Amino acid sequence: MFLVRFAFLVLLVLAPIRAMAVEPDEVLSDTKLEARARHLSAELRCMVCQNESIDESHADLARDLRLLVRERLKAGDSDAQIRAFLVRRYGDFILLKPPFKLETFLLWGAPFLVLLAGGAAIWLFARRQHSQGQAVEGLTEAERVRLEALLREEPRSQP
Amino acid sequence: MIVETGHYALVLALAIALINSVLPIWGSVTRDQRLMAVAPSAALAQFALVAFAYLALTYAHVVSDFSLANVVENSHSAKPLIYKISGVWGNHEGSMLLWVLVLSVFAAAVALFSRAMPDDLKANVLGVQSWIAAAFLLFILLTSNPFARLAMPPIEGDDLNPLLQDPGLAIHPPLLYLGYVGLSMTFSFAAAALISGRIDAVWARFVRPWTLIAWISLTLGIAMGSYWAYYTLGWGGFWFWDPVENASLMPWLAATALLHSAAVMEKRDALKIWTIFLAILAFSLSLIGTFLVRSGVLTSVHAFASDPQRGIFILVILLLFIGGSLALFGWRASALRPGGLFAPVSREGALVLNNLLLTTCCATVFVGTLYPLALEALTGEKISVGAPFFNATFVPLFIPLFVAMPFGQTLAWKRGDLLGAAQRLLIAILAGCTATLAFAAWRGGPVASVILSGLAVFTIIGSFADLGARVFGRGATLATAGQRALGLPRSAFGTGFAHAGLGVTLLGLAATGWGAEKIAALTPGQTIEIGPYELTLQSLDPRKGPNYSEIAGRTIIRLGGVEQAVIEPSNRFYPARRMSRAEAGIATLGLGQVYMSIAEPSPEGTVNARLFWKPLVTLIWIGALIMGFGGCLSLSDRRLRIGIARRVRKTGVPSPLPAE
Repeated sequence: MFLVRFAFLVLLVLAPIRAMAVEPDEVLSDTKLEARARHLSAELRCMVCQNESIDESHADLARDLRLLVRERLKAGDSDAQIRAFLVRRYGDFILLKPPFKLETFLLWGAPFLVLLAGGAAIWLFARRQHSQGQAVEGLTEAERVRLEALLREEPRSQP
Repeated sequence: MIVETGHYALVLALAIALINSVLPIWGSVTRDQRLMAVAPSAALAQFALVAFAYLALTYAHVVSDFSLANVVENSHSAKPLIYKISGVWGNHEGSMLLWVLVLSVFAAAVALFSRAMPDDLKANVLGVQSWIAAAFLLFILLTSNPFARLAMPPIEGDDLNPLLQDPGLAIHPPLLYLGYVGLSMTFSFAAAALISGRIDAVWARFVRPWTLIAWISLTLGIAMGSYWAYYTLGWGGFWFWDPVENASLMPWLAATALLHSAAVMEKRDALKIWTIFLAILAFSLSLIGTFLVRSGVLTSVHAFASDPQRGIFILVILLLFIGGSLALFGWRASALRPGGLFAPVSREGALVLNNLLLTTCCATVFVGTLYPLALEALTGEKISVGAPFFNATFVPLFIPLFVAMPFGQTLAWKRGDLLGAAQRLLIAILAGCTATLAFAAWRGGPVASVILSGLAVFTIIGSFADLGARVFGRGATLATAGQRALGLPRSAFGTGFAHAGLGVTLLGLAATGWGAEKIAALTPGQTIEIGPYELTLQSLDPRKGPNYSEIAGRTIIRLGGVEQAVIEPSNRFYPARRMSRAEAGIATLGLGQVYMSIAEPSPEGTVNARLFWKPLVTLIWIGALIMGFGGCLSLSDRRLRIGIARRVRKTGVPSPLPAE
């Protein structure tokens, strides 16, 4: 079982490598549109691959999607329209940059929450330590007397 | 016979690890010298046994013993010798064995080279190391036995995955494992401190070399892996925010934070509890990394092992160690007393800021990597978190570090002066601004590239501002400057180089914006321009390698008609696995590279090619090498050498090092 799955995985990931990612016949002659196409495809997931964008992938599906993106671009769609079209067809899974919504609130919020929580913790800790530090700075009566006695003593010969 | 002996040695090693995980710690609790004295010799015996098992497996691979399942699945009699040796760790079973071997090497190193360490600390550290060793030995023996025999040995093996038949793979995993497992040392030290309830500058000084070794190895291992991906995967990318890459980046971020907070602890006796927590965190992230890669939870190029049973076993190990250590932390951390005070604007303050940002970066990568898994498990909804997410979150969090780094270095301990620091950094600031303007005028291009390269120049020069002031400040002649430089601790130079290395890497990353890319169908004899260069594809030649056949495209690179270099990108076919892969042709010209990869030629004789001109791209990895060099300098610091620590101990317990 393991071997079968392993072989399948290897095939899935590696077999299409004979092809290239973006092939010359796909490239649009309009350089501006082509640049937009490249930018868009870098943000779209090749859904049969592992964490690859359709721009990097050799898979057939990726090629189909690249051609689709370019067709829509030529038809005059905006980037947002193309993204919306693909999400309708394939779901949010196709977007490598997940949309901001309820389910992804924690994902997008995590960096800010951690930064805020960390900053607050440091601030609180510093304040507490500071107030403790001031409490330590004062001398007790006994310590003061001993300190004065020490200061009055003749300095011994330097070692 | 050798194979069976290897298997037996592994079982014996497990027995010793089990003994060693109990006796020394018991000894340290009951203050029994004889029990504590078991630890070093048991650690050495365990090392000898694991090393023997490892060599036995290597032997089986080298002589192509196809009665072993592991050798059949990953080797081929015609495979070059170097890949027979590196193929030992190019698969799940072997790589786990390497993991345990590195663990045993570290334990043996503690046993041999830490004579000066207090006996109870040593006993506890080696005891905790043995827990980890026992858990992983059990894992290997129960779920991933590399010595399993086949009843019907085949005549030939299946060969190693072609992507892994590469010199880069020979170095990448061992380095990464040195890093991961090196963090197990800091973890053991942290657990030992929690068990004994004692943590002080002595502890910090003993733990520092191990953190440094782990950090250096991780830095170089990650850089190596990224370069390997760059030249083998064939589309010129070097970092993909792949979960497996993130799995190595998280421990690196935590280890970097740990290195800095441990510095505060060593010099100023502050941030103790936080340092312990980071030590636990760093190793936990290494374990999580191992879990992610080994369990097949994420299937990617690296997932050459996907077996749920193994996944659950590693998950149990993970929960036991992380949960156990965090429980120990919660229970004992209050026993650790907080130390030295400092003002917000001070070296310590800067290091706290460093820790805050690095920890946030680490949390971002962690959440980004695991969120899709958690969401799918909880709601069944599938989302993708890829490079665009990390570029939008991680990068803005990491960039401030480059600004803060030189300032942190020039601030004084306890109480610093921001304006004074800015004055000392005047040269660096001016250089950064000049560089920004110069790059804008010379290259133009994306705004981000221009600004980031200016920032990189500021960081590189700023990293040496403090050293420069100390060496050349206050009317120094050349002779006194030399004397002063020799008098400065090597760790100060180490810091300078490590920080500058990061700046160099940033410069390389910023320069990617000035690159060029072309995709074209070429016929032999055709010339194409890329960046400042002209590339001529001369011929497509079929060739034969030891275990593959290939078609190589001989290409000449010219600049203004003058020949610069010849590259031979090729497309290789490995018959044993019926797989092909592109072998990129790369020419390093100055600090930049021309990169070309080709697909299989079409029947009409044209070939699809992808060509890149990547200016300054080598700086990305050169920067990592400089960082590693800085780490090594720091490691060689006189104050960290064992002999010194021994002498100090004879004259009494050392106080925290004076603040510089």
